[in-house]
Amino acid sequence: MNLSQEASQALESFEQARSWEQRARLLMQWGEHLAPLDAVEKIEANRVHGCESLVWLVAEQHAGQWQFKAASDARLLRGLLALLLVRVQGLDSAALAHLDLRAWFTQLGLERQLSPSRSNGLHAVLQRMAQLASDA
Amino acid sequence: MFQPSPWRADFPAIAALQRQHQTYLDNAATTQKPQALLDALSHYYAHGAANVHRAQHLPGALATQAFEASRDKVATWLNAADAQQIIFTHGATSALNLLAYGLEYLFEAGDEIAVSALEHHANLLPWQQLARRRNLRLVILPLDGQGRIDQEQALQLIGPRTRLLAVSQLSNVLGTWQPLAPLLAHAQAQGALTVVDGAQGVVHGRHDVQALDCDFYVFSSHKLYGPEGVGVIHGRRQALQRLRPWQFGGEMVQIADYHSASFRPAPLGFEAGTPPIAGVIGLGATLDYLGGLDANAVAAHEASLHQQLLRGLADREGIRVLGTPQVALASFVIDGVHNADIAHLLTEQGIAVRAGHHCAMPLLEGLGLEGAIRVSLALYNDSDDLQRFFDALDQALELLR
Repeated sequence: MNLSQEASQALESFEQARSWEQRARLLMQWGEHLAPLDAVEKIEANRVHGCESLVWLVAEQHAGQWQFKAASDARLLRGLLALLLVRVQGLDSAALAHLDLRAWFTQLGLERQLSPSRSNGLHAVLQRMAQLASDA
Repeated sequence: MFQPSPWRADFPAIAALQRQHQTYLDNAATTQKPQALLDALSHYYAHGAANVHRAQHLPGALATQAFEASRDKVATWLNAADAQQIIFTHGATSALNLLAYGLEYLFEAGDEIAVSALEHHANLLPWQQLARRRNLRLVILPLDGQGRIDQEQALQLIGPRTRLLAVSQLSNVLGTWQPLAPLLAHAQAQGALTVVDGAQGVVHGRHDVQALDCDFYVFSSHKLYGPEGVGVIHGRRQALQRLRPWQFGGEMVQIADYHSASFRPAPLGFEAGTPPIAGVIGLGATLDYLGGLDANAVAAHEASLHQQLLRGLADREGIRVLGTPQVALASFVIDGVHNADIAHLLTEQGIAVRAGHHCAMPLLEGLGLEGAIRVSLALYNDSDDLQRFFDALDQALELLR
């Protein structure tokens, strides 16, 4: 597995988190790193529905590589989005399509956040990403 | 002081959930089931399943007998005059859809349907879509500050063009009893049909459909400690005669040839296909169980827990309770804290509550909210459940603030 430096850092810190409180604090810290979206990017076309909070996902391809931006009004979800982006940033469509994101969140100890019943948005964001990768 | 629930042990899932460190406070969504129901399901399947109202053989006769006994029990539970006024459906949603389709032929363009601003999607969308199909006007009855239908305005809005009034008995978001009596009487005086969504109301206290005096009363089994997949319509006799079949198929038909058919009257004419036999039998067993409880003790227990819930919420800074809940539940938001974050951290701590729009998007939007957290109680909850919820809430707020 080829992890970016940031992704390796995330993995290291989450592997050391022993309690739900520590994981929650880390999530909130990671959420702070998420680059804010411009107002013009917070448009309906970038909205991901199926979430209890407002979520936007902006996807661009430069020279075959995906660059994502994401935002949410919920703090813990911002953390989850940040952890997602560090894993997928710069991948091409084939790599994105083959990437096992469930395994990634499982490694982080956050697999339960992926459940479709959680409606926290992460599941819907992953579906949108998979769709983007397969359409490209 | 610890307030135990004397009925907790009757619900085996509560102990199982506790072993998984889960505190179940999402009872307005669905409830845990009493052992009496599990026994009835197991008995039915272990002693010979059979289809009802069809076969002459012994298993068929026994299944039909048990199925129809449940109809009698539901009739007794609601104080219906006749068990033949009880229709089994596949849930409250399918019950309300049956009404919206089965009454459709009565509406003409320009007629009005009145619903309240707090309806669950199940009692909004079937009427909204009927209005669109038939070019009707859907009139929304506004709420007062406490979360009840504003009586004065409602009496103005329900007029001679109103052909049907559909309202909830108890709000699934606000926990408020609705002023049914004056609204139903007024609507009937205008010649309108009346539908009451009792999905939440039926769970708290006993309700007498003859005293309530609506044309149709609807509820779902699974919120009343019964199995899923079963809904109930009680219809007034004259109202049932106006209802046309919606779904067509086995057993609802009297005579059929290739090009035409005639249909049975209520209830069987509205129970096309194989009904949820085990579920209906299970609901009967649940009603037997509930009927054996001291109703006053249950009401007092629930009222006391509800007071503790409201007090605990009021004691905490920045919490805003939606409306003025009277029973069973409370929905709230917290200043400066996203309800999705609270929900996330409560889930981490094994607290099962509901976050979001509670299938009432227009209501939440009307309140200017994206969503809210809802805590809802059942007779098996005890004060420790609430204490665990409040401890978890305090922990969550400490992390988030």
